[in-house]
Amino acid sequence: MFGTYDRPDQRNMLDQTRQGVIGKPLDRPEGHLKVAGQATYAAEYQRPNCAEGVLVGATISQGRVTAIHRDKVMSMPGVLGVYAADAMLRRAAQGMAAEAPKQDVQIVDFPMQPVALVVAETFEQATAAAKALQIDYEETSDVPFSPKGQETEPGSEPIESGDLEATMAQMAHTIDVTYTTPGHASAAMEPHASIAEWDGDKLTLWGSFQMLRYNVKELADSLGVASRNVKIMSPYVGGGFGSKLGISHDAIAAAVAARDLGRPVRVVLTRQQVFEIIMRRSETEQRVRLGADEKGRLQALGHEAWVSNLPEESFAEPVVQATQFLYAGENRRLAVELARICRVTAGSVRAPGEAVGMQVLEAAMDELACEMQIDPVKLRKRNIPSTVPGDDTPYASRKLAEALDEGAKAFGWDKRAKKPCQRREGEWWIGMGMASAARVNMIMPAQARVTMRADGSVLVQSDQTDIGTGSYAILGQIAAEMLGQPIDRTTVELGDSSLPSGAGSGGSFGAASTGSAVFRACEAIRAVLAGRLKCRPDDLQLQDGKAWAEGIEPRDVTDLLDGDIAKIGRIKPGKTSNSHQQATYGAFFVEVAVNAFTGETRLRRMTGAFGIGRVLNEKTARSQCLGGMVWGIGSALTEELAFDERDGHLVNHDLAEYHVPVHRDIPPMEVIFVEERDPVASPIQAKGVGELGICGAAGAISNAIYNACGVRLRSFPMTPDKVLAELPDPFAK
Amino acid sequence: MKAFDYARAADLPDAVGSDAKLIAGGTNLLDLMKLEVETPDALLDINRIGLDLIEPEGDGLRVGALVTNSDCAADARVRKDWPLLSKAILAGASPQLRNKATTGGNLCQRTRCGYFMDNQSPCNKREPGTGCAAQGGFNRIHAILGTSDACIATYPGDMAVALSALDAQVVIAGRSDSRTVRVRDFHVLPGDAPQHENVLQPGEVITGVTLPAPVEGVQIYRKVRDRASYAFALMSVAAVIRMDQGRIAHAQLAFGSLAHKPWHDPRIEELLKGETPTPALFDKAADLLLEDAKGYGANDFKIPLARRTLAAVLAEATGV
Ligand SMILES: Cc1cc2nc3c(=O)[nH]c(=O)nc-3n(C[C@H](O)[C@H](O)[C@H](O)COP(=O)(O)OP(=O)(O)OC[C@H]3O[C@@H](n4cnc5c(N)ncnc54)[C@H](O)[C@@H]3O)c2cc1C
Ligand code: SF4
Repeated sequence: MFGTYDRPDQRNMLDQTRQGVIGKPLDRPEGHLKVAGQATYAAEYQRPNCAEGVLVGATISQGRVTAIHRDKVMSMPGVLGVYAADAMLRRAAQGMAAEAPKQDVQIVDFPMQPVALVVAETFEQATAAAKALQIDYEETSDVPFSPKGQETEPGSEPIESGDLEATMAQMAHTIDVTYTTPGHASAAMEPHASIAEWDGDKLTLWGSFQMLRYNVKELADSLGVASRNVKIMSPYVGGGFGSKLGISHDAIAAAVAARDLGRPVRVVLTRQQVFEIIMRRSETEQRVRLGADEKGRLQALGHEAWVSNLPEESFAEPVVQATQFLYAGENRRLAVELARICRVTAGSVRAPGEAVGMQVLEAAMDELACEMQIDPVKLRKRNIPSTVPGDDTPYASRKLAEALDEGAKAFGWDKRAKKPCQRREGEWWIGMGMASAARVNMIMPAQARVTMRADGSVLVQSDQTDIGTGSYAILGQIAAEMLGQPIDRTTVELGDSSLPSGAGSGGSFGAASTGSAVFRACEAIRAVLAGRLKCRPDDLQLQDGKAWAEGIEPRDVTDLLDGDIAKIGRIKPGKTSNSHQQATYGAFFVEVAVNAFTGETRLRRMTGAFGIGRVLNEKTARSQCLGGMVWGIGSALTEELAFDERDGHLVNHDLAEYHVPVHRDIPPMEVIFVEERDPVASPIQAKGVGELGICGAAGAISNAIYNACGVRLRSFPMTPDKVLAELPDPFAK
Repeated sequence: MKAFDYARAADLPDAVGSDAKLIAGGTNLLDLMKLEVETPDALLDINRIGLDLIEPEGDGLRVGALVTNSDCAADARVRKDWPLLSKAILAGASPQLRNKATTGGNLCQRTRCGYFMDNQSPCNKREPGTGCAAQGGFNRIHAILGTSDACIATYPGDMAVALSALDAQVVIAGRSDSRTVRVRDFHVLPGDAPQHENVLQPGEVITGVTLPAPVEGVQIYRKVRDRASYAFALMSVAAVIRMDQGRIAHAQLAFGSLAHKPWHDPRIEELLKGETPTPALFDKAADLLLEDAKGYGANDFKIPLARRTLAAVLAEATGV
């Protein structure tokens, strides 16, 4: 009965139901626990007799371990074991791998890669022993440390149609520019941590993960045990942003040691290790070619990117993902080239592809608008295609034009100076910039169980994670809305791998996918209730614990219940995933101040307007957008992984030196949601919102810098050193 | 972190002459111990030895070594007569850190050079004789003045830059006597012994800092940084400038994050004195400052940055 999503659900049921909690800006039910320090995170579980493990990082960049001198540290106080088992991980798993990533820590793939685990009674003893552990290596130098000038291979199938070069040569207006973006880190607040405990051949692992259904398989495959013998507990996750999509070194190391010692083992990464060994967003070089006719209609569109990864990793930052469907331009070439280098694994960091692709595309679009002397908003609206260029796929709901208009109006875009260097306040040049936002949308297989208990209260269960995004809140809201119960009669249990498999938190698909599973479970419960009330399910009305239908008097829903009704809802991507181009859209508007002397850029205000389908909870959705925009600010102005090109090691490996924005960097921010329902996307007409807020934001900022002071930098982040090199004389009148 | 002994000093005599590593707020030392960049066998906690008051001394003020950065910045007398100091402190770190950080500890904070802190790279400061990985590496935050072949690290702090401009003194208690050193002479250039960052001798304890009588004039602390807060300076300027009838009557200037010490060059103050402020004059001042400046690649930008920031500060102070 339930399964693949092949036809758009046009019933729009959540607008017909009566409880009135869907979309409301409700607080997160677990919010108080978190701010009061009562939500238990992975490293904080108290397991009896738990030993402490510390991962030892390689002191060479690449090569092999030839000897580990265990004996000396085994006699140090408290030391229980030194492990370098074949099962232990060299690399963290990529998102949705569902199998073991690269194992065997005798091989060293990149600097600081874990090569051993030291376990002791206390953390301090383990740390001291880890430091003292002598390891011999054989160093190699096969893989280059920098992508500069390296050979590349295609990172994905290039998309080509028409004749890009020939069309470029004919166009009235052309732009051919190359931008660079640096590597980024997820920099989640909670470090990766695992506590492993075996009971016979059954493993329980308290960890910090985004996608338990895959993580269980990755653990099982790495350890050579059956998936059914692995249980993961991840009820609270202190941010993931892609870095916890797959399992990491701590999990297997803890499990290996715990199995050997017959007692629980905890392994927590240091902040430096989180930066050094998990996952980076690749640096990119991007060439964008835009060719427009006299009317500003794009006829030629080239977007080529050069990214990097370790040898044998399949992930290549999908930089041109949104370029494919966002704008017109039939003559096109979109391609990603991949270089193999010796730096920590590149993988998904929040909004892989669009985060860096959109910021560059949107900066190039601004260059075109300036060259043509037309309003940047107008240029974008002029290039909204009717079907996807090149393959004629129709679009699902798409609110790009509305977001551009509503955002521009709310922001006061009409006050923007048409030329740079028009507005100076004291030492500061003031300017405005804008960009479109776009991010692909998808659903993933998901299941959830909903139980309506005899007293009418509702329990929602899934292994879906809440990585700080609001899963607990919205899943409860969907169930409360569908089953006509007040929100405080609804309980949500998540992050336990023994519960039905949700979609997990990744790719912005958690809410719409697992939310749809909850919706469908509720539909099944409604069908039972309707049968008992003797009405058709579509006629059933539920609100505040009452049930009625036309011609049937309201009665307490508990009258219809003689025990629990438990149903599992399921959804899988089906034909709707291919029949239409699904995406979320939006627009960013920013005002910046650039210091005429020092090149420091500070934001003065920022507006984002977004179409994300149905808003499930206005507060948590807004927070996601704000968080994304803050990431955009970091990407534009401060964030940059600094690798030493001589040996590939990461120089700025902590939060003091890797600069995420701080409160003072964040100006007044406004988020506008464009009214939208997208039945193609999901039966709850919702799409994803977790990543859209980044996708293009940094471009809006770079465009504002240009509008302020005439400096067109093509290198992110736009730090003072780069800006000041191009600034006009500060004293010139 | 390496295991260590811990003891608490009851009073100043208890602390002076100790072989143990002193710990005050711990905001720098503990971080470095966790990284095992510092591996003391013993810590002596000086938080309970007093020295936590701000008291008048002559026409000036004496700030005890254990006065926290927060308390010093908030002190009404400091804010009124030495606002430069207050501004510089508030431009640094975060409120939480400033609540713990102390006057003595702040003066002794170590460099933020990534190679010094990673405990793996060659670093003459951490391990004399091993080399300097920052040269030829990622050296965006490094020094352009007073560097040596051995080390190009900066003194990264803010407070000491203001103290240098104000010509404050560091009061030091030693095994046999006490001495006073100008802040301008407290930190040293790296030379061939970059492991030494200041003139403190083993067993010596900083007891406080004395501020000279207030000087008239505009006081500006200008810190250029990558983000608006919670970032070390790319460079900073501390300035006290007094104007008289359209001319610069008096100038005191110091520069942060350009060298292994807060940079003070009396020639610049002399040059400005008696002159009518113009962009050309500011340029001349910058010429003096940067006469021997040397970039190492990623930090080349500090040369134009220092020029422009000095101009911004002088323009603001003189109303150009
Ligand atoms: C994330 C971060 C950001 C920061 N940002 C800034 C910034 O922007 N600007 C800035 O200026 N600073 C910044 N700091 C540095 C901060 O100001 C220093 O850590 C602090 O001032 C050190 O003071 P403390 O009392 O904690 O020193 P401790 O860590 O206790 O000691 C530091 C050193 O001083 C010695 N010491 C302490 N007291 C005495 C004494 N009385 N006599 C002799 N020796 C003594 C100790 O032995 C030790 O070697 C930052 C620090 C961090 C962690
Ligand atoms: S600059 Fe100084 S502190 Fe940095 S690596 Fe070189 S010697 Fe060490």
